[in-house]
Amino acid sequence: MKKKMTAVTGNEALAEALRQINPDVCAAYPITPQTDMMQRFSDFVADGLVETELMLVESEHSAMSGCIGASVGGGRVATATSGPGLALMWEMLYVASGMRCPIVMAVMNRALSAPLNIHCDHSDAMGARDSGWIQLWSENAQEAYDNLIMAFRIAEHPDIRLPVMVCMDGFIISHSVGVMEFLSDDVVQRFVGEFIPHEPLLDVGHPVSYGPLVVIDQYHEYKKAQSDIMDSVFDVAAAVAQEFESISGRRYGLFESYRLEDAEFGIVVLNSAAGTCKDMIDEARENGVKVGLLKPRLFRPFPYAAVADALSHLKAVCVLDRSDSFGAFAPLYVEIAASLYPRATRPVLLNRIYGLGGRDFMPEHVEAVINEMKDMAGLKAPALQKKYISLRQYL
Amino acid sequence: MKTKIINVSNCRPVIKEPGNSAAFKTGAWRSLEPIFEKEFCSNCLLCWLYCPDMSIVVRDGQMTGFDLDYCKGCGICALECTGKKGRKAIRMKKEEKA
Repeated sequence: MKKKMTAVTGNEALAEALRQINPDVCAAYPITPQTDMMQRFSDFVADGLVETELMLVESEHSAMSGCIGASVGGGRVATATSGPGLALMWEMLYVASGMRCPIVMAVMNRALSAPLNIHCDHSDAMGARDSGWIQLWSENAQEAYDNLIMAFRIAEHPDIRLPVMVCMDGFIISHSVGVMEFLSDDVVQRFVGEFIPHEPLLDVGHPVSYGPLVVIDQYHEYKKAQSDIMDSVFDVAAAVAQEFESISGRRYGLFESYRLEDAEFGIVVLNSAAGTCKDMIDEARENGVKVGLLKPRLFRPFPYAAVADALSHLKAVCVLDRSDSFGAFAPLYVEIAASLYPRATRPVLLNRIYGLGGRDFMPEHVEAVINEMKDMAGLKAPALQKKYISLRQYL
Repeated sequence: MKTKIINVSNCRPVIKEPGNSAAFKTGAWRSLEPIFEKEFCSNCLLCWLYCPDMSIVVRDGQMTGFDLDYCKGCGICALECTGKKGRKAIRMKKEEKA
């Protein structure tokens, strides 16, 4: 079969995925850089290319509330947001996961205010990392498209039934044209399959009530159950990825491991920056520096043991975070450190903050962290574990 | 009705049977127990009127006691009790739990 490559933006790719999936309900509110995707999808609705009920609401809090209502009503539901929009959904994110709503949401990662900034930053999704949502992260439009299609299968799996957010970098991916391959409509529709509602509110023959009070007697057990369900996502995500490979030829693990096997140094980074890192890793390899990369795809739940297996043999690892936890280590670093701590042999760890609010991440930044790891590998206690890189210098 | 412990198979905030709040025995919350002394009761039924949990048992128009499965021990009945012969018919006593 001949591959047909198409030049599209990330937003076009995701709007196209939603057109192919044709969800029952989509409640959304426009926010840069997500607007362009939902606007394209609203064209599909207006042109009659999908049967989706598009709910135009007055805020993201309402968008997520509408999605939850439609989901418990018995529909397949999708939405999308960015940055402050995701922040405004925060209360309802926990309701969606607690109510076991298999909602799929695209997140075009954007910085949080203040100061006001519309550009790429992972603070939005990291703020939602404890909300009980499954998180898939995507390097480019192809991965975002593939992840969004797989997300429906993971979310709607009868043992899971949890919401999934699919993250991709705002502007860098959402608004930049890249080359990718679409699947055909019928292949996507067959893969995603028919939505099977579970105890829907609109099944008036079997009336149910949603959202009862669960207090000190069983809330604790309820959350334990949610935690257990999250732990079973690994197997489901792996099985869905395997099936997806059979229709697409593209293979996805829980994370991508790039030239790590024989490496001495490693970079861990999410989303689009991984591309720049891989280029620079190839260059460093030509100069005899053995460096590799680990790019998490499934960030929630986080595959600690498998990540530790992939990294523990290294001399030094630099975790690059595109968000900060002020006064603490950044979110991705914390997970990598937690993965490696139980291992008897483990690398020296560095945490470097890059690219906040869309600051360009350049090849020379990768080169600098590779050099830093080389210098630090022999030391027992590195000087400064967390540091901002690519800061402007005022002379 | 025996309470089911929530686990992965029933972790879903859905109520499937109507009227199942009856299964929630709020009497377990009680620390003060209402004590009824019939000889001081004027049968005004203010206790029945005020009880927020429908826990005053009235038979043939007569106050007969409490439904301790649901009585939370709030003490409103004792507060409202008009009594007779200068004494209240309902008083609250610290509950001795086994």
